[in-house]
Amino acid sequence: MEKLSKILITIQGNFIAPRFDMVSEVLIASTDGQNLFEKPRTILISRPSADELCSFITKEDITIVVCGGIEERHYKYLSWTKKKIFDSVIGPYAEALQLVLENRLVSGTILTGAVGDEACP
Amino acid sequence: MKLSSLHEIAVSELLNGFPHAIVILDTGLRVVEMNCYLEALTGYTSAQARGVYGSFILRCNLGPKNQHFHKALETGQPISIEGNIINRNHRKIPIQFTISPLRSESGNLVGLLVVLEDISVLQNKSQRIYDGTDVILGHSPKMQEVFGLMPVLAHTDASVLITGETGTGKDIIAEAIHKASKRARHPFIKVNCGALPESLLESELFGYVRGAFTGAVKDKPGMFRLAHDGTIFLTEIGDLPMPLQVKILSVLDDKEFYPVGGTQKTKVDVRVIAATHRDLREQIQNGKFREDLFYRLNVLRIHLPPLREREGDIRLLLDHFLREFNSKLNKSIKGFTTNAHNKLLSYAYPGNVRELRNIIEYAANICQGKRVRSEHLPQYIFTHQVTSSMPQPKAYDNGHQEEISHTESFKPRGGNWNDIEKEMILQALTKTRGNRSQAAEILGWGRTTLWRKLKMHGFT
Repeated sequence: MEKLSKILITIQGNFIAPRFDMVSEVLIASTDGQNLFEKPRTILISRPSADELCSFITKEDITIVVCGGIEERHYKYLSWTKKKIFDSVIGPYAEALQLVLENRLVSGTILTGAVGDEACP
Repeated sequence: MKLSSLHEIAVSELLNGFPHAIVILDTGLRVVEMNCYLEALTGYTSAQARGVYGSFILRCNLGPKNQHFHKALETGQPISIEGNIINRNHRKIPIQFTISPLRSESGNLVGLLVVLEDISVLQNKSQRIYDGTDVILGHSPKMQEVFGLMPVLAHTDASVLITGETGTGKDIIAEAIHKASKRARHPFIKVNCGALPESLLESELFGYVRGAFTGAVKDKPGMFRLAHDGTIFLTEIGDLPMPLQVKILSVLDDKEFYPVGGTQKTKVDVRVIAATHRDLREQIQNGKFREDLFYRLNVLRIHLPPLREREGDIRLLLDHFLREFNSKLNKSIKGFTTNAHNKLLSYAYPGNVRELRNIIEYAANICQGKRVRSEHLPQYIFTHQVTSSMPQPKAYDNGHQEEISHTESFKPRGGNWNDIEKEMILQALTKTRGNRSQAAEILGWGRTTLWRKLKMHGFT
């Protein structure tokens, strides 16, 4: 059986939040590697803080983090704690989640759903 | 140029002419165009970013609802505001945002022009006590000669070659020349020619085009392009590989070059300042440096004297750095005891001002009293064989001399607290064969503390 992975995506509306340190909402999904294990849940964060978000990620045993811009200190901390990070990703979080499940997401990607009239937060 | 041909200039070309990062947004706040400086900052090309919501690309902190952009659109008035962005290298950069509404010929608002001015230099200036970038101290006749030359060097546009031993302040002088020149408002880009292998250095200096090599998925402007209208500072030019010396020579002559894999020449207007601690004439004799490039760079030459030749400056610098570290460390050390002072005045300082600064930093950390005593100074300065009364190393080839001091006399190798801590970490990691948890245990630190220290010392 595939190992269970927990994915955290920093979100703003239907999109990936552009800044890790200003995030007020995250989406958490569990996957067995290919399929979602349960319905993803969103969690509101009371006070945007990159340090607190890092602690939260560690506490929740997150294995994959998808976010926008992230500072070096936090990026290295998450790498140090062996999280897989996809940073500087732009676009709808649902599309990013799908790409993670398909093992096709790359840091710095602008997703197709990021362009066009619908693509405003 | 005729007025009609002005209208035909591509917007991107026009934006690239400005020395700051710029983006044009439409009324829906989506990217219409951005210049090469913003491409370098964000890591996205203009083509990729077109149509994407601006704040996603900028990663700025101007609020999740971009109220400032909306306000500029609603009022039609320009707004200037301080904020920051996170660049592609995960660095938070303080930015002065200037948001100006754009109108069509009929007067309708059609979008916004956002100029992002990097103000990290200004902010650091007000925060720092001294970081060595804009303070040059010296009363000695040799330094007075240097100060006398500086305005002359700043007022011309010719290439400058700065020579001097390691730690004499070549970087500071180069930046000072740039800041005093007419190019001061434009970028000052520093490239260490000895830090990268040849192939990487070429793409770093001249940029590359998409498809030039595996992994070159998009165009990248090189340092010469980013320094357009400003100054490029090529430090350790003596370590520049021969093939690149030819390319640099051609840029100096023609002011244009081909990016790696490119078929179109890129024109640049860049002033070149080069520096080296090596004796370039000797390098030429050994076939390691091109004579023609030497003469091309050696239009204006400035030689920075080693500290041992700067009579009276050691005393001045000792007081200056002690004041600096008193402030930084919140201490109130009044001065040095006679013994310590004499030792510091008679020491040869093969590492020049940098070494002197490190010694004072060490002493200020160790000293718990009102005066720095001999036992507060690093031990190696008492065992070091080279003193000011002994024969001195050659004018500015310090490579061999440096080697001696590291292998024979430096115990501990580092001259300041940071170096000692670094060495402790390295020893612990070597002992545990790289196992960080065990290394942290040996050092008596938590894993997170070790992680923080590793980061602080640049090991990660």
